[in-house]
Formats: sequence, C-alpha cells, structure tokens
Amino acid sequence: MNEVVADRWILDRPNSYIGRSVPRPNAPRLAEGRGTFVDDIELKRMLHATYVRSPYAHARIKSIDPAAAKALPGVVAVVTPQEMAKIHDPWVGVLTHLEGIKSAPQYALPLEKATWQGEAVVAVVANTRATAEDAAALVEIDWEVLPPVTDAETATEGETPLIHNDLGDNQAWQRKADFGDVDAAYADADHVVEETFVFGRHTGVCLESRGLVADFEPSEEQLTVWHNNQCPHMVQNILADKFRLEEHKVRVITRDVGGSFGIKVHTYADEVATVGLSIMLKRPVKYIADRLESFVGDIHARDHRVKGKISVKNDGTITAFEIDDLTGIGPYSMYPRTSGIEANQVVNMIGGPYRFDNYRAVANVVYQNKAMMCQYRAVGHPIKCAVTEGLVDKAAKILGMDPAEFRQKNFHSDDSYPTKSAQGMPFENLSHEECMKKMLEAMDYNALKADRDAKRKDGIYRGIGFASFIEVTNPSAMFYGVGGARISAQDGATLRLDAKGNVFISTGATEQGQGMEAVISQVAATAVGVPPERLKIITGDTEHTPYGGGTWGSRAAGIGGEAVAQAGRQLRVQILEAAAAMLQEDASTLDIRNGVVVDTDTDNERISLDEIGRICYYRPDTLPDGFQAELVATKHYVPRKFPFAFTNGAQASYLEVDVETGFINLINHWCVEDCGTVINPLLVDEQIRGGVVQGLGGALWEECLYDDQGQMLNANMADYLVPMAAELPDIECGHAVSPTSDSDLGAKGAGEAGTCGAPAAVMNALNDALSPFDARMTSMPFTPKKVLQALNKI
Amino acid sequence: MDMYSDITLTVNGESVTRCVESRTNLVDFLRYELGLTGSHVGCEHGVCGACTIRMDGRIVRGCLTLAAQAEGAEVWTIEGVSETNEIRPLQKAFVERNALQCGFCTPGMLLTIAELMERKPDASREEIREFISGNFCRCTGYQAIVDAVEIAREKGANS
Ligand code: FES
Ligand code: FES
Repeated sequence: MNEVVADRWILDRPNSYIGRSVPRPNAPRLAEGRGTFVDDIELKRMLHATYVRSPYAHARIKSIDPAAAKALPGVVAVVTPQEMAKIHDPWVGVLTHLEGIKSAPQYALPLEKATWQGEAVVAVVANTRATAEDAAALVEIDWEVLPPVTDAETATEGETPLIHNDLGDNQAWQRKADFGDVDAAYADADHVVEETFVFGRHTGVCLESRGLVADFEPSEEQLTVWHNNQCPHMVQNILADKFRLEEHKVRVITRDVGGSFGIKVHTYADEVATVGLSIMLKRPVKYIADRLESFVGDIHARDHRVKGKISVKNDGTITAFEIDDLTGIGPYSMYPRTSGIEANQVVNMIGGPYRFDNYRAVANVVYQNKAMMCQYRAVGHPIKCAVTEGLVDKAAKILGMDPAEFRQKNFHSDDSYPTKSAQGMPFENLSHEECMKKMLEAMDYNALKADRDAKRKDGIYRGIGFASFIEVTNPSAMFYGVGGARISAQDGATLRLDAKGNVFISTGATEQGQGMEAVISQVAATAVGVPPERLKIITGDTEHTPYGGGTWGSRAAGIGGEAVAQAGRQLRVQILEAAAAMLQEDASTLDIRNGVVVDTDTDNERISLDEIGRICYYRPDTLPDGFQAELVATKHYVPRKFPFAFTNGAQASYLEVDVETGFINLINHWCVEDCGTVINPLLVDEQIRGGVVQGLGGALWEECLYDDQGQMLNANMADYLVPMAAELPDIECGHAVSPTSDSDLGAKGAGEAGTCGAPAAVMNALNDALSPFDARMTSMPFTPKKVLQALNKI
Repeated sequence: MDMYSDITLTVNGESVTRCVESRTNLVDFLRYELGLTGSHVGCEHGVCGACTIRMDGRIVRGCLTLAAQAEGAEVWTIEGVSETNEIRPLQKAFVERNALQCGFCTPGMLLTIAELMERKPDASREEIREFISGNFCRCTGYQAIVDAVEIAREKGANS
C-alpha cells in the first residue's frame, strides 16, 4: 500500500479550537427547556394520528369495520391499508452488495396480514390525540390468527410456517466467508476452544420517541415534514420516491432530536403512513409514538446466537477463528439499510485486534414474527467483540496465561501498519498496544489483581475483564451506496460571510445530542480564523443545507467536520482575496486571526471582517475595477482512500458478584480508545461514557422478552430495564491518537466505541469472578436469575 | 367525574384559568394548553422522569398528575425556574460539564436535582445517583450529571 500523506494544516492554525473542550453552543437553550423537539411543533389545522396495532404476531386481516370509530365526534378519518396503498409504492429492504438478500414488499399499512405484534394496521386521525386513541379502540378488525414463527433456530425448518409465501422460505440472507485454511490450523493447533454466545434482543429507548409532523400543500404539491430522523436527505429521497412526488418539493426538517442511536435512521411504516395521511387530508398531521408503541414499533437490535471457535498454540499464538452466527430480524428486512448489516459486520470483524490468517464464518439471517430488527448504535460490534474477547479469554485460561498478556502477544503491533485483517479489511493505523498499556496503568492492574485475590479469601467474588476492539467509523460509499441505497456517504458544507463579518455554516451533518454543532463550530472557527461566537450553524433542513448523509456510523465529525474544514479554508482564501484588493496587498502575506485580517508574519491588524463585509456588500463600488468579492464557499468530502476509518480501543471492567442473590455490582470501568484527532475532548469522553452505559444495558439489564406466541411481555418502561444512575460506576476514559490520512483533520468517529466493548468486558469480568466456581456465563443479559442458575443455586 | 373541569392555578408565578378535559394530565396541560414545552413526555407511565415539574414546592410526575388535581396549586416548570435564575448555577454547570446531550431528560433532571440540593445540600455522589435514579437519561451515562451537581455546589459555595 502506498503511504498516504495528509496535510494537517488545520492542526497548525493560530488560535486553534481543535482539541479544546469548548462547550456546546446549543446546550444552554436545551438546559432552559427551550428546545424545539418534534412534538413541540404545532401548526394551524393540525390533526393527530394514531394507529390500531395488531394484537397478534401473525394474523390475516379478514375485514376491517371502521364505522363506529368514524362516528365518534372529532374523528376526521379512519384509513385502511387498501386506501393507503392507493397513494404510495411499497419498499423492499435489500442491497445488491449483500448478495442474495431477499425481503417482501412492505407497505405503510400491511395489505393482507400483520406479521408482528404491534404492527400498525389502521390509521385513525382526529382533532386530538386522545380522541384518535378513543376511536382506535372502536375500530373492529376480524382476524384469522396464524401460527407465529418466533424461534430463530427453527425458522427455516420444513414444518415452520412461511411468513411471506412469495419468498419461498424464512431465510432472509446467508453470508459465508472462508480465508486461509481453518481445518489445517485446527490440525496444527494445540487447543481448539469453543463457546456459544447468546445476545438478547434489546432496543434503543430514545427518551424522545419517534415522531413527525407532515404538512402537504396540494396546490404546489409541496410536502414539508418535521421529523426526528437522523438523515433528512435520505428521508426526502424516500418520501418523494414512495409518494411519487418531485424530490425538490419534499422538504425534511429536523430540529432538536432527543437521542437517536440508530433507532431514528430507518424507514418506519407508521411514519410513512402519517405522511400519507397528510397527503390524503391536505392538512398537517402529527404522529408521536407513545412509549408502549415505541417498544413494539421501534427497531430492536442484536438477537444473535453465535457458536465460536478459536485455535491456539501452546506458545500463546492465535491461529484461527470460526463462527456460526444466527440472527432473527423480524418479518421484513428494514429499508433502506437492510437488516443484514449487523450479521455482515459480525462476519467482517471477528478477531479484529489480532494477527491470524485462518477464518471461516457463516451467518444466517432469518425472518420471524417479532418486531423488526436493524442497526442500532455500534451495529454488530458488541457481538463480534464479545465473541472474540470471550474466546480469547477462554483460550488464555486454558493456556494458563494472563488475559492481558495473551492479548498483547497477539495484537497487530502498533508499528505493523498499514496492514489487513484476516478478512482482508484494510487497517490504516491502529494502536492496540498503546491503548492496552495506558489502560493497564490507569487500572493499576497488578494492585487490582491483588485486591481481587485478597477479597476472594473472604468470600467476596470480584472479577476483572478486558475487551480490545476495532470499530468501523467514517463509512465511505462502500457501506450502503455501492449496494444501491440512496444514502449519502459524502457531506457538504457551505460557509458564508455576512455583512457584519459573521459566518453562517450550513452542513449536511445533523445533531442528536452528540455535540455535532460544537465540533462543526470548532472546525469552522479554526479553518476561517474567527471566534466561535461569530458562527451560526444551520443544520437539519433539506432546503437549506448542502446534500449530506446526516448522522450515523460515527461519521458527523470525521466526514461532516472535514467538509467544514475544507470550506472554511476556501472561505478564508476568498476573504483574503477581497482584503488584498482593498489593501492593495498580496493575499499570500495575509491571514485571518480572531476575526481580523492580519499580516501573517507580524500579526499586525490590517482590517476587520465586519469592515470587509461592509465594503463588499454596501460599497463594492470602491473595490478595484473587475474585482468581484466571493464570500460564499462550498466544499464536499467523502473518504476515498479507505472504505472505513477503523478505530480501536480497550475496555476493562471490575465488578463483584453476590453469589447469594446473583446481583452484579459494577465497581469500575475503563475505556482507552483512539479516534484519531480529538476535536473536543469533553465531548468525546461523554460519547464514550454514554456508549459504555448503553453497552452495559445490553449486557446486564435490557431484553425484549417474547413468549412463544410472539407477544412481547415487557413492552413498557417499568418492566424493560434500562441503566439508571444508581447502578452505574464512574467510567474512566483515556486516549491514543492515530489520525486518519484520509482527511486533513484526521478525525475518526467516537460515538460507538463505548457500546462496542462494554458487554465483552463485563462478560469477561463476570466469568473471572465466577472462576472459583464451576460456572461460565455467555448469554446476555446477565440477570441475577441467570447468575444463580450458573451457580446451580436455582 | 365530569368530562370537563374548570381549574385555576399559578404557573411560573402567573395565574391561569382554563376549562380542561378532566382526563388531561398536568404535563399535557402545560405543554399543549399553555405552550410550556420544556417539560417533556418520555413514557406517560411514571417511570422516566422527563415530565418532572414542581407543584407546591415538591417535584411531581406531570404524567401521573391530572391537571384538575393542580387546582389552586403553585406550579413551576423549567421555563419558570430558568427565568427567575433560581437554578442558573446548576444549568451553567450542566453546560460546562456537558451533562446534557440531547437535552430531552434535562428539564426533569434539573428540577429533580434542584430539590435534592435544597433537601440535602451535601449529598454524596452515591446519594446524588440514588436521588436521580428515577430519571432516565439515555445519552450521558449519568456521570457528567453527578459531576455537574458537584461543580454547581462548589461554585455556589465560592460565590
Ligand atoms: S413521562 Fe412522566 S415519568 Fe415518563
Ligand atoms: S441527555 Fe438525552 S436523555 Fe439525557
């Protein structure tokens, strides 16, 4: 591979804001309750929608009687699937680069049958949400209940009923991979270690639920949608396409978003239906999922069973990995990203931190009558990480090696880059050794081991667990675009100097609380040479921002930020050309610092930006003949040298198991990660902490429990357990810095690293704590009941 | 119970009289009738704490309280306590420490913490965690929130 050299000009700018913990410009407003979340939007003549949802996991709709609902005062419309289907085209969640993936056409409301409990079947629109709900209870649906497919293990067996007859079977996709010679590696190995891992279904529980206000204006055929989706341009494209509208007449606006984590990045049928209602009724329609609807309407994630193997030599060398992954994704593959990506990520990333040549994998992705499953924060990562790290730990134990030492022996060493994984994934520059070293120091590993061992003598069972990981960030078009999805991998930024010398920034990246606006303002302030107070950021509006992908896959800082850096540099050049014309100077001798044009060498102040704005906009007559000032700059950016910017890191957990009650007490958690250039250390650390806690949720508490009839049993916030403040430890963060050469800024993503590694670290710590007993646990979440079962106490 | 109720109460210091559907809960009343959209709705079944408001000096869940129950009461929301500057140091600490990400939990979290700071000004980190353990935050992992309480307290003591 040729060495790629990036120009790090932005890191050398005077008065740089890169690397500083600048507070977020939008935070004070939110802290005063002055945000504008989608449910805060009220339009004139706005109606409220709700949905009659299927009480069955699998049932044919024989007839629908809306009469009683329609008769209720205040009800404006009751819309059946047949009526809705007249105004839109269905969608199919497949991508061509996931060869062989198949799915059935999905409609806003299902035409023949409901395929999961909670699927929206009939729409009810009324003057108030409460009235709509009253009416929904009056809609009569005659159901023919069908046997549900719930168990992924038997979903593709002969006698299992079909969910979609036209597909021929319940298999959505199969992916196989084979590199090197696994069988020869096994024959040659001293130990082949096996383990089966189970990852429960869980879901995002964004505190702000999904919602939208759709407003169709019939005379201009203009559709405006206020939406809390992460990707406004993607939604614009899909709505225009499915409702046969002109794309430029569909405007999608996202204001404040109350968390998304991948939940709000998909095409939800009930949201499409709400848009359809506005088109039918020619009035604004609001739909906000309530919490009970969210549990069965939002995508679920994980739900994998992975049989894994690792082969090792007595000297501690890893020689092969192998996995057999099975995942149930609900009744359809989600549009437009598909529900195959999580399994694909697992296959692509097993064994990531380690040197080995032999790898074999099969992943089966099957349909079932449960809520739809798709990409959620750190797609596939917690699974591949826990499988890899669980196998690594077990192998270290069999070899009698210290788990940290075993990892260090097998890492891709920090001086071995660029290199490739066994699966052929290019690694540009990673820092496993440095991250592990820093973490061991932060933990004071030897002292911690001594503490653990001393406590064991007193019958207190504590464990230490590690997880090293790689993470995909800054996805290029290789992720979705090549498969035919109209999801932008590139992002644009437009910077504009106003007449007062302030800078407007429009960006395709979006904010969901991660701090994107702060990052964008730091980059722009640095690139142009102005203080952040002089910036105004415009985001989340397809009519006013350059085309962009929005926020997903840890891309906003690395991709959106780079576009802003490039546009900022360009705007500076253009401003300096205007200044040079005014001052009769050579532009190359001038710079902008702190909002003032200065002589580069001496820092002598020459002219302020507001003076430049004044002259260019109000007195262009005073400029030299033939000189036209251009004070708007646009640049676009997409990673081209690497399909993704891999990041890496290490986590560790220290916990205590109460062997009488089965309760797990988290004592400490560490994460040292490498996201390249750190633009804002404060925000990065909080992304890590929030991500770790989401990972802990899946490891210890969160699970969508289903019975064998496909009924979700805990679809409310009291019974679905999420991490709350009292049960969490403080989390210590650290960093290594390996910037990517794919951009000048060098930033990689940081939003998903925490979620990736936390479950594996906890699992390994738990098994370390249980090591005095004949007990091992690999089925998440690790509930007290499962702990007691593992200890043979119940 | 009648379908409609006439209620008079004080909200953020202003007297308010309205006729409401008797089934209207307090947070919906504040949000949709009075336009005080700073109080949020996260679950509508009393678990998440996003709807936390102050009624007669104590925090309550706006989704579990009927508007009609607030007859005669004194209600404060995030908008009110922001305008009076009552919790300004805490808000500043939240911003400085990045104790809010999406900000959806924040109004409820702030009002909850304001009550803790009054009731137990010297609460330990564990006690802070315990007190806010009825307020769900999906974004932060809570540590920054606990830190922000300590920062606000230190700054308050020094000012
Ligand atoms: S909305 Fe009231 S507690 Fe969740
Ligand atoms: S900041 Fe998003 S839920 Fe707390």
